[in-house]
Amino acid sequence: MKHTFLVLFLMGSLAVSAQSSRYTEAMAKQTADLDSSSTFNPENLQQKSNTFERIAEAEKTQWLPYYYAAYMQIMQAFTSKDKSQIDPLTEKATINLDKAEALISKNSEIACLRSLIASAKLTVDPMNRGPVYGPEAAAQLVTAKTLNPENPRVYMLEGQALLFTPEQWGGSKTKAKTTLELALTKFAAFKPESDISPKWGEAYTRGLLQNASK
Amino acid sequence: MTKIALGTILLACCPLFLLAQFTISGIVSNAKKHPLSGVNISIKDSYDGATTKADGSFTFTTSVSGDVILTAGLMGYQTLEMQINTNAAQQLNIVLKNAVNALRVVTISAGSFEASDDKKGTVLKPLDIATTAGAGADIVNAIKTLPGAQQTNDREGLFVRGGTGYETQTLIDGMLVRNPFFSSLPDVPGRGRFSPFLFKGTTFSSGGYSAQYGQGLSSALILESTDLPQRSSSSVGLSVIGASGGLEQLSKNKKSSYGIEADYTNLAPYFKVLKPKQTVSLGPEIIGTSANFRIKTSSTGMLKFYGYANWSKMGFDNNSIEYPGYTESFKLYNNNVYTNLTYKESLGNNWHLYIGASFSANNDDIRADTISKNLIPTTIKVHSELSQGRLMFYKNIGRFSVIRMGTEYQNAVERSAFNTYNANYTDNYNAGFLEGDIYFTPFLVGRIGGRTEHSSIIDKWNVAPRVSLAYKLNNFSQFSVAYGDYYQKPEPQYIRYDRGLDYMKATHYIVSYQRVASDYTFRTELFYKKYTDLVKTVPSYNNNGSGYAQGIELFWRDRKTIRNADYWISYSFLDTKRDYLNYPFRVQPDFAAKHTASLVYKHFVEKIKTNLGVTYSFASGRPYYNPNLPVDKFMSEKTMTYNALSLSGSYLTSIRKAFTILVVSVSNAMGNKQVFGYHYSTDGLRRSEIVPNVGRFIYLGMFMNFGIDRRQDVINNL
Repeated sequence: MKHTFLVLFLMGSLAVSAQSSRYTEAMAKQTADLDSSSTFNPENLQQKSNTFERIAEAEKTQWLPYYYAAYMQIMQAFTSKDKSQIDPLTEKATINLDKAEALISKNSEIACLRSLIASAKLTVDPMNRGPVYGPEAAAQLVTAKTLNPENPRVYMLEGQALLFTPEQWGGSKTKAKTTLELALTKFAAFKPESDISPKWGEAYTRGLLQNASK
Repeated sequence: MTKIALGTILLACCPLFLLAQFTISGIVSNAKKHPLSGVNISIKDSYDGATTKADGSFTFTTSVSGDVILTAGLMGYQTLEMQINTNAAQQLNIVLKNAVNALRVVTISAGSFEASDDKKGTVLKPLDIATTAGAGADIVNAIKTLPGAQQTNDREGLFVRGGTGYETQTLIDGMLVRNPFFSSLPDVPGRGRFSPFLFKGTTFSSGGYSAQYGQGLSSALILESTDLPQRSSSSVGLSVIGASGGLEQLSKNKKSSYGIEADYTNLAPYFKVLKPKQTVSLGPEIIGTSANFRIKTSSTGMLKFYGYANWSKMGFDNNSIEYPGYTESFKLYNNNVYTNLTYKESLGNNWHLYIGASFSANNDDIRADTISKNLIPTTIKVHSELSQGRLMFYKNIGRFSVIRMGTEYQNAVERSAFNTYNANYTDNYNAGFLEGDIYFTPFLVGRIGGRTEHSSIIDKWNVAPRVSLAYKLNNFSQFSVAYGDYYQKPEPQYIRYDRGLDYMKATHYIVSYQRVASDYTFRTELFYKKYTDLVKTVPSYNNNGSGYAQGIELFWRDRKTIRNADYWISYSFLDTKRDYLNYPFRVQPDFAAKHTASLVYKHFVEKIKTNLGVTYSFASGRPYYNPNLPVDKFMSEKTMTYNALSLSGSYLTSIRKAFTILVVSVSNAMGNKQVFGYHYSTDGLRRSEIVPNVGRFIYLGMFMNFGIDRRQDVINNL
């Protein structure tokens, strides 16, 4: 009798570990090439966001697939040539982030993506949307920094904002350079929580830094 | 023992882990049989699935056996769920239907131009109003560049489709604004009393508007005040004609805010440099203050207050045409206060509540004199007070339909004194309305409703039915028709002397077509408006006046063709005649022009961070009354055509931490002569032109907005 219980218990944990290894494997495969520039073509992004969404909806208790699905959709918004796609894509990303946030509250990475969403929405109509989404993008970065001052993506996004903003509006190449260099030191020190936790952005930051050093 | 048992069980379980693979493939298309790419195909509650390729095809393998739910989802389409059996060989043919979302649904559009941030497909944004050259950040001046509005620049008000300025009502959050313009002197129009930045939405209805509003024969200007600000800020403005300052404070929990603002305008120094046509004898000087608060009372409730008070004085001297060699003096002292308190809350079960209360008062003190002629100087004092309340319930039915019902009460006190002669009256006005926006399909909507009103001074009820229909032809185009009856009380200056007057009435018929894409808008509208019961002043006050207005209007806006540029063109053709006041018979009235056109062009020069704007307005000549002509030639002569070219430039920068805009604008830059009509002496021997007070107005100003963290100014240009 005792043994039967033990066997059932073991079986149960075995099934769970099989389940989670399937999850980690799938996620590891999907997140492996997020820093490679070849990932960032519309077809790939669409495929990846779909895959992450499938994993997210099958798991339902993991925040990371929702997070990555949103990230892919945001990148689709930024790379899309059709401005009218930006709003629906970012709205979709927002829904995914809301689901992620329901599973893990107060997360610096999620705040970073929300900042990107605001920036993407702004580009649709900078004249009219600037006053709303400009501050929103900045406020999300402030939140992200408060939640985790060691998150390198916060500094990467700050540096990017400084780099691409005209000087009259508070942008500055020299400041961008300092912030991006800080981002790189943060990347070097950054230890992701797991193999599949967010760690993207270092290669992109180097690219930005090159741009800022010109 | 344990090991053996475990081994056995694991072995027994093995088939569970080594499942067979089933292949599922197919093709996805839309209703028009075009293949859809990027569709997310998945087996519910599993990782298995695929994304369709450019030709709409997909193929994948799954280890799940038996009956499963397959889902197919794509942005803009309804997600499809279907049951399939993985064991059978699958070659699926999937057809996705368009998603019916708020973006694609038809909206009521006949007769109305909407400027709003939060609604898509609107023609104008609030900022467009502020950045229109020649408008001087005045809402009504900007709206004059839209079809339907006349370039009637010698008297205040919005003259729409053959209607007078009195026939347009201004509403803030549903509450009537009795004196939306500064009181003015003859021939000098008063500006609007409030800034365009206070409103998140502006709807200009040139006809066929909702049963929610009444007492405007022609038009309604519906303003919706902003909600909680994004952040606390303070602002300072400095210009050649005055200074202003304001403060807006958002509470820490972001649930409430308050704001105060004050401005001072004095044109006297400006007029010393650029001599106006008339000699300035007083001011012009304006002191304005305003205050607001907004409280989010719950997740769905909002309490808003907005109020302003203004004091103005101005006076001009003119050469008298009546008595050559003498000077006519005209002085005006005005004070005005307006308050508006509204509350909105959701009552559950899709019911919503809206309550509003407002009090306003206006005081005009006018002194007119013909200097040294020893005639008795004239003193006119006009005082009006309006207290009003509004209660409305509305219920959402289904996804898009809504019904509204409400009631309004207004108590108006009108006092006037002409020297020692007094004429006062009080009117109690009640109204009720019921209206439904019924979606027969997402592409066909009907707005059906009616309004009933009772004014105590007229002592009669009226019933005004209103109907509009809109049909969406495709994603971009829609077709609308509207019909409605509109009643309005005669102007106080007539009711005051004759209590027997009845409501004036107008009936609108409108057909419109519009095509709105993300980068351009095209609209055209045909209308016919019938006037009955207009006030006549001869032989005695009566309601025997009548008239009509008909025409066609075009509007084109393009944000794409020219890089960094945005322009719109509007054209209105108006054929109108009316018999009212002292007119001997039906003629084209002196405030209406047959052809009106505007071109508004805005260009953003990236290199110098400057917005350049050009506005050109044209109107054909308006009739004027020449007393030397026989009666059958009444209003047969027309003024010269109206041409105005205005330029503006605004440079955006930041000074220290303040977001700063430097503005320079020149109205009537070419100095075109503009004649709006003529004044004749009683004997008809002498006349003077009615022209703008200043031929060309040059404005320089600087606006600074503080309290914004520099980081927050950032525009990310990824």
